[in-house]
Amino acid sequence: MTATSESLLVPFALRLGDDALILGQRLGEWCGHAPTIEVDLALTNLSLDLIGQATLFLDYAGKLEGKGRDADRLAFRRDAVDFTNCLLVEQPNGDFAQTIARQFLYSTWQQLYLNALADSADDTLAAAAVKCVKEVAYHARFAAEWVVRLGDGTEESHRRMSAGLDWMSRFVDELFEMEEADRALLAAGAGVDKAALRPAWDAEVARVLKEAMLEALPQRRTLTGGRLGRHTEHLGHILSEMQFLQRAYPDAVW
Amino acid sequence: MNDNSSSNDKTGADWPLWEVFVRSKGGLAHRHAGSVHAADARMAIEAARDTYTRRMEGVSLWVVPSAAITASDPGEAAALFEPAADKVYRHPTFYAIPDAVKHM
Repeated sequence: MTATSESLLVPFALRLGDDALILGQRLGEWCGHAPTIEVDLALTNLSLDLIGQATLFLDYAGKLEGKGRDADRLAFRRDAVDFTNCLLVEQPNGDFAQTIARQFLYSTWQQLYLNALADSADDTLAAAAVKCVKEVAYHARFAAEWVVRLGDGTEESHRRMSAGLDWMSRFVDELFEMEEADRALLAAGAGVDKAALRPAWDAEVARVLKEAMLEALPQRRTLTGGRLGRHTEHLGHILSEMQFLQRAYPDAVW
Repeated sequence: MNDNSSSNDKTGADWPLWEVFVRSKGGLAHRHAGSVHAADARMAIEAARDTYTRRMEGVSLWVVPSAAITASDPGEAAALFEPAADKVYRHPTFYAIPDAVKHM
């Protein structure tokens, strides 16, 4: 790795960590509120998987950055504009179907993404991808199962699943956007060609929606900008809750 | 996110109960771990995975509809089990078991 590509790795690892952190925080909001104890445990298990992934990637970003920031520091002491997660993961939980819609679209993408990242020239990222993709394969399976159950369930569950997918569909294109830094890192052999993941993602999503008796994703105006720190209004609310303790009592430990 | 909370109470109550059996490692028998509510077998496997194997307890899962289990009648316990109490010769306690044998 050249020095240039190492400096590109910092924002790259941050993005991966931020996605996992924010989605993990979102899923954690279900703790104690899910429809059944089994689903409650499932959603919080997913949440803990994602927060573990966030720790891996944020610690790595902090180490490469060399300013003494670890995962906790990056998670709890940055403001919304410094977060580079995609807009999809910060979307509100809504009802259970909306949460499942977000999880299905994201985990299906994340599984493809991590499979590609496993071939990265950067050994740390490749090893993290291999570890995380096993967890994510279950997330994708879990979410797809529920898409089918709700889509092919009752009239009400079908309506809620459609509405959830409709809400989340606006944030899909961002997942496949290639920034300049993405292209540079890809050229160095360490990145992932996100645009190339699209056909496989489209095929898998279409397969599940068909089985679920649901319409294809609606063509909606795309919203993007999360990777550049331009977020929806929801992220600030997530951070105000997630970061409260470290903001009120800096460096508190337990 | 609680706009559907009014329906939470009845959700899941309609789902049948499944008994969960976990094999802790290869070669050992599946042991009863507990039960989960689920709409069908596949959901039961996932619920069992999330409920009973999240701390590396298992390498294999069975789920069985609780309704498929026939239990002995507690009222017959005396007739069924007590006659074995004074037949110690049925226990293979006269063999020395090598220390290396862990699960006998």
